[in-house]
Amino acid sequence: MSLTVERTDPTPTGPRDPGLSHRLAERGVDRTLLLLVPAVLFVALLFVYPFGYGLQLSFAPAEGGPLASYATFFSDPYQYNTIWITLGLALPAALLNVLASVPIAYKMRGRFRGKRLLTIVLVVPITLGTVLTAQGLLNFLGPAGWFNKAVVGLGLADAPVQLVNNYWGVFFSLVITGFPFAFLLILSYLSGIDPTLEQAAATLGADWKQRFRRITLPLLAPGLATTFCLAFVLAFSVFPSAVLVGNPAGETRVLALAAYQAAYEQYDYSLASAIAMVMGAVELLVIAVVLVWRSRLYAGSTGGKG
Amino acid sequence: MATTLGAPARARRRIVGTPSSWLVWGVVAFFLVNLAGVVGSVLVSSFGTRWFGTWLPEGFTGSWYASAWREFGLFDVVWVTLQVSLLVVLISVLIGVPASYVLARRDFPGKKLVYFAFLLPILMPPITYGIPLATVLYKYGFAGNMSGVVLANLVPSVPFVILTMTPFIEQINPSIEAAARMCGAGVRAMFLRVLGPLLVPGILAAAILVLVRTVGMFELTFLTAGPDSQTLVVSLYYAMSAAGIRAQQSVDAMAVIYTSTMLVLLVVALRYVNPTQLVARVKETPQ
Repeated sequence: MSLTVERTDPTPTGPRDPGLSHRLAERGVDRTLLLLVPAVLFVALLFVYPFGYGLQLSFAPAEGGPLASYATFFSDPYQYNTIWITLGLALPAALLNVLASVPIAYKMRGRFRGKRLLTIVLVVPITLGTVLTAQGLLNFLGPAGWFNKAVVGLGLADAPVQLVNNYWGVFFSLVITGFPFAFLLILSYLSGIDPTLEQAAATLGADWKQRFRRITLPLLAPGLATTFCLAFVLAFSVFPSAVLVGNPAGETRVLALAAYQAAYEQYDYSLASAIAMVMGAVELLVIAVVLVWRSRLYAGSTGGKG
Repeated sequence: MATTLGAPARARRRIVGTPSSWLVWGVVAFFLVNLAGVVGSVLVSSFGTRWFGTWLPEGFTGSWYASAWREFGLFDVVWVTLQVSLLVVLISVLIGVPASYVLARRDFPGKKLVYFAFLLPILMPPITYGIPLATVLYKYGFAGNMSGVVLANLVPSVPFVILTMTPFIEQINPSIEAAARMCGAGVRAMFLRVLGPLLVPGILAAAILVLVRTVGMFELTFLTAGPDSQTLVVSLYYAMSAAGIRAQQSVDAMAVIYTSTMLVLLVVALRYVNPTQLVARVKETPQ
C-alpha cells in the first residue's frame, strides 16, 4: 500500500521543505492517518451527508415557509404528543431494566455452579428479536393465552386482563428485549469493582446497606449512567413492537411510527425528516442530561480485574 | 427454572439465605417463567394443529414449518440474510479495523471530532438517520436491492467495529510493534505478521457482534429493502402485520426459525466475547 513508501522516502535533505512534514509528524499527522480515510469518508458519505440532506429537507417543505414542517408537527396534538408517548415508554422501560439488573447482577457476582447457564438464559431474549417477542406476547398475554388462564384460574381476576394491544404490551416487549443488554453491562461493571473494597468496609463494621450506599454505588454510578443511556437509546427507537403489540393509532403511536407514516404513507418527506430530527434532538437531550450528571461523578479506576 | 439448576450444595445454604436473596431470585424466576411462557406459546403454537381457548392444542404436527418454508420463500430469504450479513461483517471489519488502529495509537488534531462522528451513528435512533438515508439511497438508485441494504446496515456497523476494536488495540503493547520495526519488518509485514495475529480474537468478537446485530437489525433493512432483498426479520414483520391472510401458525413457525438462527449465533458469540470486553467498549462510549 502507499504506506510502504514511508521507508523509501527521500531523506529530509532533499529539495523540498523538510520542516512542514516534520512539524506535522510532531503533532501526529503522518501517513498512518491514511488508514483512517476510508472510515471517515464512509461516515461522511453515508451518515453526515444523508443527515444533512434530511436536515435541509426538513426546512424545505412543499408549501409554506422554511419552518412549515416543524409548525405542522408542533401544532397538531396527534403529532406532538408522540414525543410524550415515546418518552413515557422509553424512560420507565430503560429505568426498570437498569434498576432491576443491579440486584440480580449483585447476587450473581460470586462463583456458583450454573452461573454460566443462568447468564445465558437471562441473555437469550436478545435472540428473540422484536417480532418473535411480539408474537409471543400476543399468544401468551392475549385473552385466551396461558397468562390470563392462570390468572383467572387462580381467582386473581374475574375476567382476562387486557395486556396486549395497549401501552403494557409495548412496555413488556421493551423490558424483554432491553433487559438482557442492561443486565450484561451492569454485570460486567459490577465484576469490575474490586471485592476487597467491600470486604475492607465489612471489617470496619459497615453493614450491607452502608457498604452498598458508600462503596458499591459510587463506583457503579458511572456505569449505571452509561447503561441507562444505551438502554434508553434502545427503547427510544421502538418501532415494530409499537405496531404489533401496541395500539399504533392511539396510545402507542411513537415518534418513529409518526416519522414512518409521514414518509411512506403521506409521502411528505419534509415532514418525515422534520419528525426524524425532532426525534434525534429529544434523544440527544436526554442523553446529554444523563452524561452531564455522570461527569460530576467519580470516574477513576474501580480496582477490579477488568 | 435455571435458578434451581445452581449447585445443590450451594442451594442448601441459600435456603437460609437473606430475605433479599429470596426476593431477587423470586423476581428472576417470575421473569423467566413468563419468558418461557412467551417463547413456549410460540413454539407450541408452531407445532399445534387447532388451538382455541384450551391449554394445549388438539394435536401436534410439523407441517407448519413446511408450509412456512414454501409460502414465504424462506430459502431465498435466508440466503439473502446470509449474504447481507456476511458482506456487512467483511466490509465493516475492513474499514473499521485500520481506523481503530489509528485512533488507538495516534494523537492528532481533530481526534475528538472524528471520534464523535463515529459515535453518533450508534447513539442516534436508526429511524432518525434511516429515513434521510433511504431517501438518499433511492435518489442514487441503491435502495430496493441488496447493495442498499448492505450500505444502510454498514452505517451503525462500521462505528461499532471501531468502538469495539479501539480499546482492544490500546491494550496491545506498542513496544511489540516497535520491536518488529527494529528487527527490520516493513509496515506491511508488521501489520500482517505481528499485529494481525494479535488482533484475531478482537476481530472475531467484533465480527460476531456485528453479525448478530445485522441479522436482528429491523429498521434500516425495512426502510431500504425491496421485495427480493428482504432479510428474515423484515419478511417476518410483513408476514405478521399481514396476519389473516396466512395461518397464525406458519408465522409462528417462521418466528421460531428466526430465533433458532439467532440463538446459534449468540451461543457462538458468547464463546468469544467476555463481559470484560463489553465494559471496555462501553467505557469508551460516552466520551
